[in-house]
Formats: sequence, structure tokens, C-alpha cells
Amino acid sequence: MSITLVRLSRPGRGASPHARDIRKLMIAGESNDPMPLLEARDLSYSRNDEPVFGPLDFRLHAGEVVLIEGDNGSGKTTLLRVLSGLLAPGGGSVRLNGENLTVARLSHQVALLGHQPGLKADLTPLENLNFAIGVFGLRAGITPHLALSSVGLEGYEDVPTRQLSAGQKKRVSLARLLLVPAALWLLDEPYANLDREGIDLVNRLLDAQARRGGAALVTSHGAYAFTSGSPRRLPLRATA
Amino acid sequence: MRYGTNASACAALVRRDLLLTWRRRGDALNPVLFAVIVVVLFPLALGPEPNQLARISAGIVFVAILLAGLLALDTLFRGDHEDGSLEQLVLSPHPLPLLLGSKIAVHWLTTGLPLIVVAPVLAEMLHLPRSVLPVLLAALALATPLLSLFGAVCVALTVGMRRSGMLLALLVLPLYVPVLIFAAGACNAAQSGLAYLAPLLWLGAALALALVLAPLACAAALRISIS
Repeated sequence: MSITLVRLSRPGRGASPHARDIRKLMIAGESNDPMPLLEARDLSYSRNDEPVFGPLDFRLHAGEVVLIEGDNGSGKTTLLRVLSGLLAPGGGSVRLNGENLTVARLSHQVALLGHQPGLKADLTPLENLNFAIGVFGLRAGITPHLALSSVGLEGYEDVPTRQLSAGQKKRVSLARLLLVPAALWLLDEPYANLDREGIDLVNRLLDAQARRGGAALVTSHGAYAFTSGSPRRLPLRATA
Repeated sequence: MRYGTNASACAALVRRDLLLTWRRRGDALNPVLFAVIVVVLFPLALGPEPNQLARISAGIVFVAILLAGLLALDTLFRGDHEDGSLEQLVLSPHPLPLLLGSKIAVHWLTTGLPLIVVAPVLAEMLHLPRSVLPVLLAALALATPLLSLFGAVCVALTVGMRRSGMLLALLVLPLYVPVLIFAAGACNAAQSGLAYLAPLLWLGAALALALVLAPLACAAALRISIS
């Protein structure tokens, strides 16, 4: 797995010269690439005229995992929401497989794991996963049972999700990632709530995703490190 | 790889929402109980004089059902918004208006339809003439989906806010006024022996229009609310 960690700074107020340097470096280093899976150019987002992040330039190729690092409030979650299409970018463009994307186009190939697990507490993990398959489709060669057992939830198929711990819910949403046929994973704090073994699990899943030609952007506030490789990092910094 | 079709996505959503309602079937009865209690309040306040109640019975039934529907509206997207499944729904590769349309349909099935079922009992409690009952049911069958569709747009607008209950009522009730006027108007006309078809046809026309436009407006409003 080629793990990458990209460094981002927030715009304006003295941070920008640093950001520009990094942008130049990154563009120079990647100028004659094959077509990237995900490409962001001059991407920025502002909320009520307050810059949240950017402008950013980065590329993500098939088989890459990029760790976005930043303090609380540095715009990691917002970046993922923009890349997933939930938020319209304030400036710049996002391209997926070289195509300029509207929200709808993006959604076909992107899976987002947000802060909330996106599971119904009254349904069992199996029912939740079957719903996800109905809406997002099913990756070849996997079943909901298989996905649940590969995240270590064998035997929890028919337990109401409300009875699971926060870490187990996280594992169910990881199982959903395994099932849906998305090439790009956007994972917002996937390590939160997980035990040591769960963190290894996330790393194994990322490894497998990279090996089958997918890519992933992962946010982390820096408390957890990848156990293997030297990841490409994309840190975001808060300006205040 | 198996990518779901639009139909399979809607079917999955309908199945899930029906299952969720079934798991919380006690809650599903609340709007019906609310409507019954509101209707019971009127004879208590106005006195049990049958002729007086009969004159205003259709109006009372409609207002009670409208208010019950209003109370049930908040549940349409709130749960999905809180647990993050609304985000997943917006990110799904299928047209959002179509998915929201299925959600609204299930919501009507689980709140509007039980209210229609209980309406004859409410009408009987208020001495509505039996000859008017078919008109009342026809008006309800056209009006309750309209209430769900209009309501869904307003719920989508307010879903990002906390404690939006009162605001939601203020947004929705003006939209409900024309529905109430035509639906109650049809019953009042039938009760006075006048032609009642025109208001029903107006309701039908509005329903046809809302069926097409409300899911689109709902999707646009939802995208604004979650951003």
C-alpha cells in the first residue's frame, strides 16, 4: 500500500505563503502523472465569508491512501463533505476520473463514512447493511454476512444496533464500506471509538482497498498513526 | 459488482421505513390517538347538542386530522438526520427526489392512512350525517397526501435546526389553509345539499401537481439544510 500524507494549511492571515510553497511542491512533483482518480484544483470552502480550508491542490491515484491531519476545527470534515458532494465547493474544482463532477456524478463512486455511523438503531446490523446494498449496490464477491464477520461482528447479525457499543457500530459502518462498490473512500475519523484491534482492522481494510485499485482519504486528529508504511500526509491547520 | 436500480433503491427504502415503523408500532398510533382526543374536546367544550355538533363536525374532523398530521411530520426526516442516514441517502447514486418521494409515501401510509381509517369514527362521534361520510373520506383521501407532501418540503427546510417544532408549524400551517378550505368546503357543500365535486377536483389537481413538484422541492430544501 502506498500511503500518503498531504499537508494542508488554512488560507489567509499569514498562513498562505506556506500553503503556496506546499502547493508548488506538490504540483511540481506530480506534473506528469497518469490520470488521477481524484483531483482537486484550487479547492476552497468558505462559510459566511470565513475561509474554512484551501485553496488546495492535490491528486489521489488509484491504490493510494492519503491521511489528512489537522487540529480540531481545521476543516477536515468540511473537506471530506466537499469532496463527497454534500457541500458545493466555494472555489476551484474537483474531478473524479478526469470528469468535472456534479453532486450526482460524484456519488456513484464515493463512499463516505461520517461522524455519525448512519445506522438505524432499531434495525439489526444485517438489516442496515441490506438497506445500504439496496441503495448503493453490492461489490462483487462479498455478502453482508461475510462483511460482518470480516469486521469481527460474527454473531451480532440479528442484535438490534442500539445494543451495540460505539466501537461496534463503527465496525458495522466499516462493513458497509466493504459492501458498496465505491472506488473512493472518504473516511472521517475512522479510528475514533475503536480499540487497538479495531485500528488494525481499519488499516487492513485500507490496505485491501488500495490493493484492489481503490483509493481512500482518511482524516485523523493525529492521535492514531498508521502501523505500516510512511503515509502521505495532508495536514490542515486552524487559523484563529 | 451489482449496482442497484432506481426501483430497487426505492424498494429498499420503503422496506426499511416500514420495518422501522413496525419496530416502533406504539409510536405509530400516537397521531390517531391525538386526533381522537382533540375531537372529544369539542363536545366537552360546546355541549353535546347533536344539531350544533353536526353543523361543524366536518370542519372539526379536518382540523383534528390536520393537527395530528402536523405533529407526526417532524419524524419524517429527524431520525435520519440525527443518525447520519440522511447524509447517506443524499450521497446515494439515485435521484434524491425519487427516494424522498418514496419516504413521503411511506410516511403517508403510516400516518395519513390510519387517520383516514379512524375518520368515520370521529365523524360519528360528532353526528356528521351518514350521507356526507363518502364525501368526507374522498376529501381526506385527496387532502392527507397533500398535507404530507407540503409538510415534507417544510420539514426538509427545518431539519438542520434544533427545536424547530414551532417554526415548522408556522411554516406549514399557511400552506395547509387552501387544503383545509377545499376539503372542508366539499363536505359543507354536501351537507347543505349543494354540488361538492368542484372542490374535490381542485384537491385532485393540487395533488397531481404536488406529487410531481414537492419531491423536487424537498430534495432542494434538504440539500440546503444539510450543508
